[in-house]
Parts: sequence; structure tokens; C-alpha cells
Amino acid sequence: MIPTAALRRSPRGAVPRGDRRALWGWLFVSPATLLLGLFLLLPILMALWVSLLEWDGQSNPFTGGRADFVGLDNYRELFVEDGLDRTLFATSLRNNAYFVLIYVPVATALSLGLALIVNQRLIRGRGLLRTTFYFPSVTSAIAVSTVFLFLFQGSGAVNSLLSWVGIEGPNWFADARGVVWVVLGAIGLVDPDRPSGFLAEQGFLGLTWFEWLSGPSVAMCTLLFLLIWTSSGTFMLIFLAALQNVPQELEEAAALDGVSRRELLWHVILPALRPVLFLVLTLALIGSWQVFDMVYIMGQGAPGNTTLTPAYLSYQSGFGEADYGQGAAIAFVLFGIILVCTGVQRWLLRERNARFGRTR
Amino acid sequence: MHTRRTLTATACGIALLAATACSSSFGEDEDTAQEDTEGSQSLTVLIATSGEAETGAVEAAAAAYEEESGNTVTVEVAQDMNQQLGQALAGGNPPDVFYVDSSQFANYAQGGSLYPYGDLISDVEDFSPTLSQSFTHDGELVCVPKDTSSLALVVNTALWQEAGLTEEDYPATWEQLSSVAAELTQGDVTGLVTSNEYQRLGAFMKQAGGWVTNADQTEVTADSEENAEALDFVRGMLGDGSLRYATDVDAGWAGEAFGEGRAAMTIEGSWLAGAMEADYPDVGYAVVPLPEGPAGPGTLAFTNCWGVAQDSPRRDTAVELVEFLTQAEQQIAMGDAFGAIPSRQSAADEYLADHPEDEAWGASGDWVQGPVTLRGFDRVLAQFNTDLESLRTAEPRDMLSDLQRYGEAALEENR
Repeated sequence: MIPTAALRRSPRGAVPRGDRRALWGWLFVSPATLLLGLFLLLPILMALWVSLLEWDGQSNPFTGGRADFVGLDNYRELFVEDGLDRTLFATSLRNNAYFVLIYVPVATALSLGLALIVNQRLIRGRGLLRTTFYFPSVTSAIAVSTVFLFLFQGSGAVNSLLSWVGIEGPNWFADARGVVWVVLGAIGLVDPDRPSGFLAEQGFLGLTWFEWLSGPSVAMCTLLFLLIWTSSGTFMLIFLAALQNVPQELEEAAALDGVSRRELLWHVILPALRPVLFLVLTLALIGSWQVFDMVYIMGQGAPGNTTLTPAYLSYQSGFGEADYGQGAAIAFVLFGIILVCTGVQRWLLRERNARFGRTR
Repeated sequence: MHTRRTLTATACGIALLAATACSSSFGEDEDTAQEDTEGSQSLTVLIATSGEAETGAVEAAAAAYEEESGNTVTVEVAQDMNQQLGQALAGGNPPDVFYVDSSQFANYAQGGSLYPYGDLISDVEDFSPTLSQSFTHDGELVCVPKDTSSLALVVNTALWQEAGLTEEDYPATWEQLSSVAAELTQGDVTGLVTSNEYQRLGAFMKQAGGWVTNADQTEVTADSEENAEALDFVRGMLGDGSLRYATDVDAGWAGEAFGEGRAAMTIEGSWLAGAMEADYPDVGYAVVPLPEGPAGPGTLAFTNCWGVAQDSPRRDTAVELVEFLTQAEQQIAMGDAFGAIPSRQSAADEYLADHPEDEAWGASGDWVQGPVTLRGFDRVLAQFNTDLESLRTAEPRDMLSDLQRYGEAALEENR
């Protein structure tokens, strides 16, 4: 903007050169703008309109007629009205919230760890390690999910392995119990099969507190494991690229100051990685709120709706039950959730100069 | 600055125009113009197949029709029927003839996507009344059932003999079912394996004299004492381990557990025959009627119907094709190919006379319950199926009252 403003003050000519430049600029970006508008902005606006309709998918929703305008009814059914829609939506939110809570930190920490390992100059077979860690990321999610289905069968490879060390593994994909209650039940604090008291009687959004606090189900844990395994390679690559950008001098200077390895990581490397850390956290957050393909292959919500996610519920409402308005509404609520989460994360990871000063 | 704004506005305008131009072919409310029927026409048929045998049989039938009529027919196989058909209908350019799943029927019929052709089919009373009732909307038979299949008890004859049982011991009552199932449950073998769906366990509800709705589907009757009695019985069998769900024995569906010899009995329809032939040809089995409950015999019947698109420009020819595909001769040919029982009763009689071993799959009468075809019930019943997963530990009356509540809410929305 500064050169433009400077140019506009030029005394020559009736048409300021800056505006003409802007005109050319717009002309040059117009193909991209048109494409983006046509295939991104416009469909989003159309979907927003559909989310305000009671539309069964069998007429044109934009020319009036058979699709009734119902205002915010589709959103109200998700949050206010006591019914199946709200219960299912609340269940999917719970499932996905636990998914995000576990996935984001674990995947980030794991991929950072892997990146630190393969970044060491002294380690042997770095190339091989990098390829191995990255390999799950380039494999088709559908294929991996199908393989996992076999691995985690009741009599599958995972349970056979567990049985060698004397553990009788659960029937992973048929186990709807929440891990919190499984653990508490195992040490005898609660009876997961017969909830009672305040937690079982009171609730929020159609789910009892007992259900809210259950944690991810055993089946969901396998999905978590799968997504962490497949995506940490990609994140490792991002971290690795950033690590190689950390100037050698910084580490050498720190070494001269006599810092330990842990201090080096905490005070030198991590601050240098902050923008990349934000990127990885954001990608992980968005990816885990949108998890769909694995749910579609591995559970479709089963067992007991514990692998239901908002993204899958949106698809199911639209294409399964021809309630496209509801499906679109869920998608927009999801969009809002991701925006808010990313905003919060950005605020948490903001530059804090005061703290920087103190740590020195 | 003005130029910039004008430019932005123009760009948006062009984009909008382009988008409306693209969507102008959307199905509008006015009636679709019909093509001239003089010349040869080409029809598209979209099916959701159970396997190669069914695809082959439909293709053969379509070829026979091409031969007879001079029209051309393209048979397409859908990967995800609901999604593909939904998109095609929304796009206003649907296939002319397609399978309509009973759970989607009400939605399409209410949305006006199906051309009601019931009265154009000759001898339409010949179709099984239970199924015709399921595909009737607003008092009009909208589409005719393509075939039928009732649930029956399927018994692994080798395991049966191993346990020292004879044909005399085929269970006729719930008590007998529960005792033979317990007897057959040994080691890796479970007496009875089925899936945790109302589409199977609902048969017990019917045998107890209950069901999800009343006969003409105007009321939800889920929280009845009869239904609770049926679920209590199932719960008892789940509790002593003589009945287990397919997912609990590492099977994708009950037929897999049955074919692999991990289930001595299962409850399935005639589609099991095709699967057994393809995957487990050496396993011997017998098909017997389901045991009677406190209210007598009861079973569930399933089918798809042949839908004709309201938006098709070739509706008359499409109905002609359906007429051809559902005539006795074609239905029997399809039965021979993949085990589907003809939905025309005269054809069913003829088919079952030739295949007496499949008799129980072709059950008819007022104790045979057709599927629930109410709009919005798909997710209500899906939730019920989810509840049934935990039937072993949960209280049947709670899930029935949830079903009642959600069902009534869905019914209310349809009014």
C-alpha cells in the first residue's frame, strides 16, 4: 500500500498510476478469484442457505417451491429441542472432543520426538528411519483402516500379542465402553454397567454426565491409534524442515554457555519452532475435528454411537436420511467449532515477550 | 477505488450468473416432457446388487427385454445406492428405473420422485399383500416389490448331528429354541448367531404379538408389553451365551459366522443361499420356519421395489420394462440365479414347488411383517439398533420407550 499511496500523490496525469496498476492487478488475479468464488465461496453460501431449509434433495432448493424455509430450526434441533437429533449431535461432539484432546497433543509430541531423532547428525541410517516414519502417511487411509480392522479383531493379531503377556484384550471394534469407566471399574471405584447417582440422573444436551465423562470408547481408541500412526509422519516432516532451519550458531552459542540438552530443547529449539508448532497444532486440530474416512470404514458410528463424529453425522443426515438441511447445519456448527479452537490456540501460542525476558 | 469495487461486483455477478446457468437443469416442479415412444428408446437402470449373480441375472433379464422391445437398456451398479440415487434425483437427471430400498421409499414417495405406476401393472393383486402394503403411499401402490424374502431359522446340519439332534428337534417354540441353542453351544460354536438389528430381533417381537408400528403404520406401538417380552427372551439367551451377536464372534455378519461353522443356527433370509454357495459351498444347512412365540408364528419379510423416476422422460417405457422384469418367468429366472423368492404369489408357488428346501424363506400370510416404510424412521430405527447392541446389560423397556418417543416425534414431523 505504501508505494501506491506515494504514487497517487504524483502530479502527472489525470488517472493516478496506482489505480491503473490496481486495475491490472485485479485483471491478473481475476481467473483465480473467479475460480475460488465459483467453486469455494459460492458453494459455501449455497450450503449456508440449504442449512436454513427443510430440503429433501428432490427439488431445486434455490427456486423456492417444495423446499420450505425454516429459519434456524435445523440449528435449534441440534442444541435446544429434546430429541434424537440433539442426542446424536451431542454424542458426536463428545466423541470428537475426546478424540481431539488426546490426538492433538500426542500426535504433536510424537512427531516432534521423531523429528528430533532423525535430525541428529550422528545417528546411523537416518534416511531409512525417515522413510519408515513417513511411510504410514503416504499409504491410503482406506487401505490402512481395512488392515486395522483385521488386526484389532477379537481374535486378531493385536489380541494374540496381548495374550502372550497374559492380557485378555477386548473385542476392540465391538466395545462401546468408555475407557474412563473401564479403568475406574477395574480398580473397583464404579460399576460401569450400572451407573447411578447424580452422574446418571443429571445431564446436558440430552446426554447424562455419566455419558459425557466416559472418555473415548475402546473402539474409538483404535481409531485414535490409527490416526496418530498415519499422520505423525507428515508432522514429523514439517518439524524436520523447521529443525534444519534452526541456525547452527544458536546451538553452538548455547553449548558455549554450558546448557544441558533439555535446556537446549526447551529454551533454544522450541522457541525457534514456535510458528511451525502452531502450524502443526492447527493442522492436527482441524484434521481431527474432520475425521471421516476412517469412521466410514471402521465403524460408521458403531459400537453404541461411540465412533460417531460430527463430520460423519453430517454425511449421514444428508445422504443417508435425506435431511440435507440438518447435514449442512452440522457442517456449519463444525466450522464454527474449528474456528473457535484455532483462535484459542493462536491466543495461547502468541508471542509473550515478558516471559521471554524472564527466561533469559 | 471505485473501479476496484465495480470490478469486484462484476466478477461476483459473472460468477453468480455462471452458477445459475449451471443449475438451470435442476428438476423443476412442472411435469417432465415425455419423449416420443415411436422410435427405439434407451433406458438406464440403477441397481444395488448383492453380488455378481444378481448383477448377471438383471443384465440377462434386461437383454431379454431389449430383444423383445427393440429398446436399449443400460444396467448400472451403484456402490453407494442412497448417495448416488439421492444425487441423481437432486440433479434432476435420474436413472429411469432403480431399486428403491424400503427405508428410503417413504422419503422418495413423499418428495414426489417416484412415478406411481401400480395400477398400470397387469394382475397387480398377485403381488404379496404384505409387501404391497409397504410400498403404498397415500393409498396408491407406488412401485412393485422386486422379490421377497422372509427370515427363517437356518441350521448347520453337521453341527446339528454332532450334538446328537435330529430333525424332530427343530425348535417350534421359544423354549425349544433356547434349549437347543444351549445344547449346541460348545467350545468355539455358539448356538444361535444373529445381528443386533431390529431387522432380525424384530421377528421375536412379531411372534410375541407386537411390532414397531400398527398394521397401517399410522401409530407407533413400540413400548408394548409384547415387545418387552420378546426382548426379555432375547436378553435371556444373550445372558446365558447361547445367542451372540455377529460382531461378538468376529464376523462381519451372521452368515459369515454360520458359514465358518462358528454358529450352529442363524436367522437370515434367502440372500444367505447366494453367500453360502459363493463362499462356503461345502457347508450343509437346512432352512426351517422360525419358532412360534406366545402369539403364534411371526417373521419379517424384506425387499426392494422397482422405482420409476417421476423426472424420467421415458416413463411409459420404464413401466413396460418393470412389467417385463416382474413377470412370473423373469422372477423365477432370478430366483434360480441368486435365490430371491418371486414377489408374485403365483410365481412364488411355482418356484417353491421346484425348491421345497427354500419354503421357509417364501413364507406368506398375515404373520409376515413387512418393513417399516415411514419417513424419518431410518435414524430412529438405527438408534434402536444401536441400543440393541447393549441388550445383554441394558433394560429392554428403556430402549422401547426411547423408540416410542423418537418414533412419535418422527411421525409428528410427517404430518
